[in-house]
Amino acid sequence: MIDEFDLTPAQLDAMREIGNIGAGNSATALSQIVNKKIDMNVPQVSLIPIEDVPDLVGGPDALVVAVFLRVYGKAPGNILFVMPKKNAFYLVDGLMGKPLGTTQELDEMGASALKEAGNILAGSYLNAFFHFTKISMLPSIPALAIDMAGAILNVVLVQLGQMGDYAMVIETKFLAEDDSINGHFFLVPDPGSLSTIVKAVGVE
Amino acid sequence: MAGNLVKVGMADYKVGRSPSTLISYGLGSCIGVSLYDPLRKIGGLLHIMLPDSTQARSSDNPAKFADTGIPLMINDVVALGASKARLVAKIAGGAQMFSFASASDAMRVGTRNAETCKQILRRNGIKLIAEDTGGTYGRTVSIDLATGSYKVKTIDRGEKDI
Repeated sequence: MIDEFDLTPAQLDAMREIGNIGAGNSATALSQIVNKKIDMNVPQVSLIPIEDVPDLVGGPDALVVAVFLRVYGKAPGNILFVMPKKNAFYLVDGLMGKPLGTTQELDEMGASALKEAGNILAGSYLNAFFHFTKISMLPSIPALAIDMAGAILNVVLVQLGQMGDYAMVIETKFLAEDDSINGHFFLVPDPGSLSTIVKAVGVE
Repeated sequence: MAGNLVKVGMADYKVGRSPSTLISYGLGSCIGVSLYDPLRKIGGLLHIMLPDSTQARSSDNPAKFADTGIPLMINDVVALGASKARLVAKIAGGAQMFSFASASDAMRVGTRNAETCKQILRRNGIKLIAEDTGGTYGRTVSIDLATGSYKVKTIDRGEKDI
């Protein structure tokens, strides 16, 4: 297994590029569904202490909505799509074709719409990932939670925590032109997956 | 809430004395273990992620695990002047945030965390006097070292003192 501390700059670049293509694909899918221009930033590929991960989405007690998918295949991992509650409700409005601000509470229909959005985002991300690495992976059915960011990220971090004290996260921020649909997309490869991915892109 | 507020991060612990309050935000499957000596008003709060250090790859951080974190915190509160015989413990957390039909071990870690915490406390002769564990929701926990009151805050299920 490749030690995560030892990724070369070229390998980090390759990881960033994977994130870029994956998230670009996802952003396009999302903007088509809600019929809005959606931008994304250059993905951050970082190795950070596990306990600092919740800070990426506003701190451990920030109220967020998250869609979680487990990724199966040769390089297993987790995908999390995390949004502040307000933005998640805007996304529900966008998905259901309602005026922004309509959704005030998440009913079963809204929850289902968000899960489906997570599904589409993950699918398009992994699809791009496959074209780049030829590693074929499948997402699980999506699960949804509305809760404190720290509590939600626990799910992912516990698995990493078993292997070490650091997390490799590939994170992309989405930003809609009118600021309505902002969120964070995380791909968190399982510790053993990193070497598989790096090998597949063939960068020394 | 009197005194200063001391933040306890994930896989970390803090000890202190009245009138401080120790707080840890956003626990999911993690557990917040509090210890308190009601006479000396000295206590601690530990935020563990995993039950068992022997089932994990090496870690530099004993506070990440119940089996290594709890004894460490006991030593520290005793060093601060608490009596081990008088210490009482409360635990909260251990939720399962996402439920899948085929929940893997990693998904059920909350339950194992709670069980292991109780076992380690028992093994160390510390009485567990209150717990709020399980469920599918996050918790923010704090212990007021002036009173020993252990507050558990949630998003949708209000706040309680245990």
